[in-house]
Amino acid sequence: MTVELRGVTRRFGDIAALQDVTLAAAPGEFLALLGPSGSGKTTLLRILAGLDFPDEGEVLIAGRDVARVPARERGVGVVLQHYALFRHMTVFENVAFGLRVRPRRTRPSEDEIMRRVGRLLDLVQIPELSERWPDQLSGGQRQRVALARALAIEPPLLLLDEPFAALDALVRKEVRRWVRGLHDRVGLTSVLVTHDQEEAMEMADRVAVMDQGRIVQCAEPDELLAQPASPFVAGFLGETNRLRGEVRAGWLHLPGIGRAGPLDLADGEAEAFVRPGDLQVRAATEGAARVRACRPSPAGGNRVLLETDSALLEGVSPERLDRGSPCEAVIAAAIVFGANGDRVLFSAVQNTVPAG
Amino acid sequence: MRHAATDSPLMRWGLPVLALALAAVLLLLPLAAVFTEALRRGWEVAVAAIAEPDALAAIRLTLLVAAISVPVNTIGGIAAAWAVTKHDFPGKRVLVTWIEIPFSVSPVISGLVFVLLFGAQGYFGPWLRERDIQIIFALPGLVLATVFVTFPFVARTLIPLMQEQGRDEEEAAATLGASGWQTFLRVTLPNVKWALLAGVLLCNARAMGEFGAVSVVSGHIRGQTNTMPLHVEILYNEYMFAGAFAVSALLALLGLVTLAAKAVLERLSDRRLGSKA
Repeated sequence: MTVELRGVTRRFGDIAALQDVTLAAAPGEFLALLGPSGSGKTTLLRILAGLDFPDEGEVLIAGRDVARVPARERGVGVVLQHYALFRHMTVFENVAFGLRVRPRRTRPSEDEIMRRVGRLLDLVQIPELSERWPDQLSGGQRQRVALARALAIEPPLLLLDEPFAALDALVRKEVRRWVRGLHDRVGLTSVLVTHDQEEAMEMADRVAVMDQGRIVQCAEPDELLAQPASPFVAGFLGETNRLRGEVRAGWLHLPGIGRAGPLDLADGEAEAFVRPGDLQVRAATEGAARVRACRPSPAGGNRVLLETDSALLEGVSPERLDRGSPCEAVIAAAIVFGANGDRVLFSAVQNTVPAG
Repeated sequence: MRHAATDSPLMRWGLPVLALALAAVLLLLPLAAVFTEALRRGWEVAVAAIAEPDALAAIRLTLLVAAISVPVNTIGGIAAAWAVTKHDFPGKRVLVTWIEIPFSVSPVISGLVFVLLFGAQGYFGPWLRERDIQIIFALPGLVLATVFVTFPFVARTLIPLMQEQGRDEEEAAATLGASGWQTFLRVTLPNVKWALLAGVLLCNARAMGEFGAVSVVSGHIRGQTNTMPLHVEILYNEYMFAGAFAVSALLALLGLVTLAAKAVLERLSDRRLGSKA
């Protein structure tokens, strides 16, 4: 089922939680809404669920404008942030809820409900928990119950609001893959809200990055990483060093690091994003930068934390460097944003001249 | 050496003993006195005082007033708590404050307000008289005064709990297709049932024991508009101590039964929760 938002705006008092948001998800797509807290992603999800309503704009689900249709008439599956299981109902009754509240004409028989709930609990792999109470379950089990409950109404669209936040790191990775697998098997269209870029990049077909109520970029994970649309996107995705400098005559000057170029950017202030793997650190006899810490990296070589006058940076080094010793860094690749918002991808080891 | 987190023996034993002693002197002693006084001249006298027609009428009236006021306030209290905790609307804070008015105003004043409104000289007095409707010095007045005074009990027990529970489960129910009514009956109400029972029982205890507001609107017509607390006062003022204490004892007993019921229910709810842990 296609989902589309057109020019959606939502204000809370004077604050615009969403500003003119336009977004679409194709049938079968897994879309992630990624952004820091307060960026409007949960508001967007609530508007899709029918738990909140836009002040302006259209919300199209399967081509029908549902901007004014309340949640109970949408038939959209929702897994809320803290799962919101019904605390006074067993797991079975939680999952059966969506079937039991149907009008008598369309309500399945008791046998049919038993069968369908059983099938859903099998699907989420917790058939043995059927008679337990929510407060007897672990975080991961609760999440599975919430998923089964949402899927019971056979929604073509599934909305997930930070569904992995309550899980510990070890379980989280596994559950993510499992949920993505479920999405593919059931043939859902899914929208995931998360502040965790790793989660969004790993699970989603496309990621919409949000900032201050707007979608700043919506693209496939690879494209987001390779061609971030703005410094915000570049800074928010993955661990990366953010360096402020200046472009003069086609060369980027970074204080404490050196210069890199040539670049096709107009003169003026610039911002460079360099992944730690692309910042190669080596020992120097003298220099503006010092090694602050150096520890072996699981990926091989060493991870180096270095300090310049203005910044703390992370880089890599094949050799072990002494703490406090002077060092210099070479930028192997970077994404550079010029003063007027122009972006260049820079990748040229030989053209970097270290400072000092 | 003493562990930092361990209190001195004085603190550990002294405080509870002090609290128990205070409770005994302030709460149990008067209660014991009521029962001793009631039975001072024997069971027969006490029973006779209760079996007397005016006393029986007072008991009946008290139970009737409670039987009307408690359901009214149960529904009103649930509605108020539900509105305040599960919805946003302008004037919400004002409503929360209004709910507490009966607690903060002296019951005598509440009674006077009803006299002012519905009494013979009151705002609606002439209108009511033309239609031959009697509110003050009659059952409707007693019920009105009791409802007003005991309104906060149910709402005040429910609001903190419902606030803490939030709206997540209601929202989940909505996304699963439940109507507002279904959500209320299947999600909201079951989640607060024990607190609701506690509130209802407290409301009932107070409805039966209310004196001030009821005293003002009652008119003290023996056998007709005297509730148990008012009957006790009349007997006492007429130096019929045995009778006064006998009726008091019965009233206290009704209150104690209510309290015991509340304790049992709380124990039951704890056990259910405990078994789940």
